[in-house]
Amino acid sequence: MDLQFGPEHESFRAEVRDFLGANWRRGTDVAEFRAKGVAAGYLYRNIPKRFGGSEQPADILRARIIAEEFARAKAPVEVKGNGVQMLVPTLLERGEAWQQERFIAKTLTGEYKWAQGYSEPGSGSDLASLRTRGELKDGQWVINGQKVWTSYARECHYMFALIRTEPDAPKHQGISYLLLDLNQPGIDIRPMKQINGGNDFNEVFFDNAVTPENWIVGKRGEGWNVSKSLLKHERNMLGGVDRSEALFNSLLKLARRTTMGGEPAIKAMWVRDRLAALKAELEAQRYSSNIQMTRELAGEGGGVLQMMNKLAQSNYAAAIAEAANILIEDESLISPMDNPRPGNERWVNQYMNSLAAAIAGGTSNIQRNIIADRVLGLPRDGAGA
Amino acid sequence: MRFDLDEQQRAFQQMVADYLETECPKARALEAHDRAGADLAIWEALMELGLGGIMVPEEQGGLGLGLLDLAIIAEPIGRFAAPGPFFDHALATLAIILAGSEEQKARWLPDMATGKLRGTVALAEEKGVWTAENWTLDGEARISGAKNHVLHPEGAGLLVVGLKGGRLGVVAGDAEGLAVEMLPSTDGGRQIGRVTFSEAAIELLPRAEGARLVDAGLILLAADAFGGASACVTMAVDYAREREQFGKPIGSFQAVKHQLADMALMVEPSVGLYWYAAHAFDTDPSSARVAARLAKSHITEVYPKVARRMIEAHGGIGYTWEYGAHVWLKRALFDQAYLGMPQAHRARVADLLEW
Repeated sequence: MDLQFGPEHESFRAEVRDFLGANWRRGTDVAEFRAKGVAAGYLYRNIPKRFGGSEQPADILRARIIAEEFARAKAPVEVKGNGVQMLVPTLLERGEAWQQERFIAKTLTGEYKWAQGYSEPGSGSDLASLRTRGELKDGQWVINGQKVWTSYARECHYMFALIRTEPDAPKHQGISYLLLDLNQPGIDIRPMKQINGGNDFNEVFFDNAVTPENWIVGKRGEGWNVSKSLLKHERNMLGGVDRSEALFNSLLKLARRTTMGGEPAIKAMWVRDRLAALKAELEAQRYSSNIQMTRELAGEGGGVLQMMNKLAQSNYAAAIAEAANILIEDESLISPMDNPRPGNERWVNQYMNSLAAAIAGGTSNIQRNIIADRVLGLPRDGAGA
Repeated sequence: MRFDLDEQQRAFQQMVADYLETECPKARALEAHDRAGADLAIWEALMELGLGGIMVPEEQGGLGLGLLDLAIIAEPIGRFAAPGPFFDHALATLAIILAGSEEQKARWLPDMATGKLRGTVALAEEKGVWTAENWTLDGEARISGAKNHVLHPEGAGLLVVGLKGGRLGVVAGDAEGLAVEMLPSTDGGRQIGRVTFSEAAIELLPRAEGARLVDAGLILLAADAFGGASACVTMAVDYAREREQFGKPIGSFQAVKHQLADMALMVEPSVGLYWYAAHAFDTDPSSARVAARLAKSHITEVYPKVARRMIEAHGGIGYTWEYGAHVWLKRALFDQAYLGMPQAHRARVADLLEW
């Protein structure tokens, strides 16, 4: 066991720090800074230079050092969102040359924003039962149906969507992966209000919406497999201990500044007990992530621990939410919604958001199916995993 | 950066696991619960494999390795619920390594490495008082008083006794003024006695390493508990794949699958807690204090929970004595209570982190 990064990587860390010191301060133009980050080889490392990436050899340790140092400097990293995190890797793997050239570079800069058109009202965990139809007519796809839970659709320019194009094929083989322009008369986007008062997600209705015949990734009927690589990316994307650590640190701060019955909450025995238990969970996640990283480096793959990340993290967010809710006591009676200067009641938001973590990107029960089927090797019962 | 066991460590751990798979199947682990006295045979065989000398310096006939190397062996011993004095002998040996003079090491360690001389530790005093800071027994050449929850004291060649100020001393197993009262143990694999000293001769170890010895004990219990808890997941999964009801293996029902998935999630990601604590013990003792307590409190709290669910997953057969599933539940209760409950260690973590 060796927990040092080693001299080569430590000197790389110093180099990243120098770069950040010279190029980033609050108020710097973000797009310009990102361009410098790409030129220096720190951002979009696994994307070819011709598409606007920095095309660096895979190096998990360097990637981690960059993430750590950028976070420490509060500097912006890659553009977030479905386009960069989900579509680009898919196009790199399965897209045609013209699709890569047309879409990747502008997605990386944030000029093109993408919505994900997967879930439908009748197709959630059983996604492959989706029914939105696409028919090829006169050189274009004509699309009818409905998508739902489509995050940020109103701010997006394009959508990548799973569409049933082969109605007579078995359910997994009848789906195609289509790209489409959201700005057209056949598409109606309606926001949905969430339990935290936000309306990030939307319903998207297709009424003879159209997209060109060649805006398809992979062949007709291959959309399910094309999207499977996406789900893999999404689950990986949710790995890492940063979010859990930030939540724990916030909870610790809350316990330090809150009083209960006239005493600082952090001096109460049960609070200390709960915090220490959450600290142990956090450290377990940290070491698991280190083990996964080590095994990736050794070419052994993240293994069973990787399949547990999502459930571990959403359970953790829920446990933090429950502890915070006790600490804020009656402050939870005040809503953070439409509240210009929310105090501790903003934890009500985290309480709600922690539920989104247990639902989005594969519900916790689907995660349990995955662990049961793929890690423990239990017999499949037909329910998806 | 490498947060993993190396090839040698994996091979060593596998060798012990393979050995125990043959020599300590479930029926053998259960035997310890059916007999009156201590079950030493498995321990003796492990000593013949050289496992008594893992941390013993090479000049005293050992391998001179670290606590991580010892802890990863404690894991398969926990997985197979191997009965006997592995834990207490390892801790007594470590006490001499940490706190003994060169002369004392040369006198005791070669025979402890081979198992020819068996040691145990006498630490606990009043209910719930395990930590070195709270030990009250004292004396330069002779001691009087009592220690609770001493493991396998009958027939032990020496007892390492925790003294006031975190000091440690050695009392010979056959010393005059030493009386042992054996008590019925919940975990039949670990026999517990109360030891009373009446002006018994004691030889002090020069360094006051009691607190560090307890840290090591916490880490070894966490490792044992991790092994045991993994065994519970495996046993429950194996049973769920075999047992059929309503014409199907019960492991194909989602209610069962999800319970097993939750068990695996509780156990698998916790391995790094004990690895890191042991690694810190070897390389950065000050950070080991917190890490040892996080590992012990977390893993030994998980273990009884998964052991209960494992028995539940078996239904009626799991509740029978003969089936032997209870061996792991009882060992889980031992690992959780010995050297202090999770709550006590979490309270200490909060103090150490200055919350």
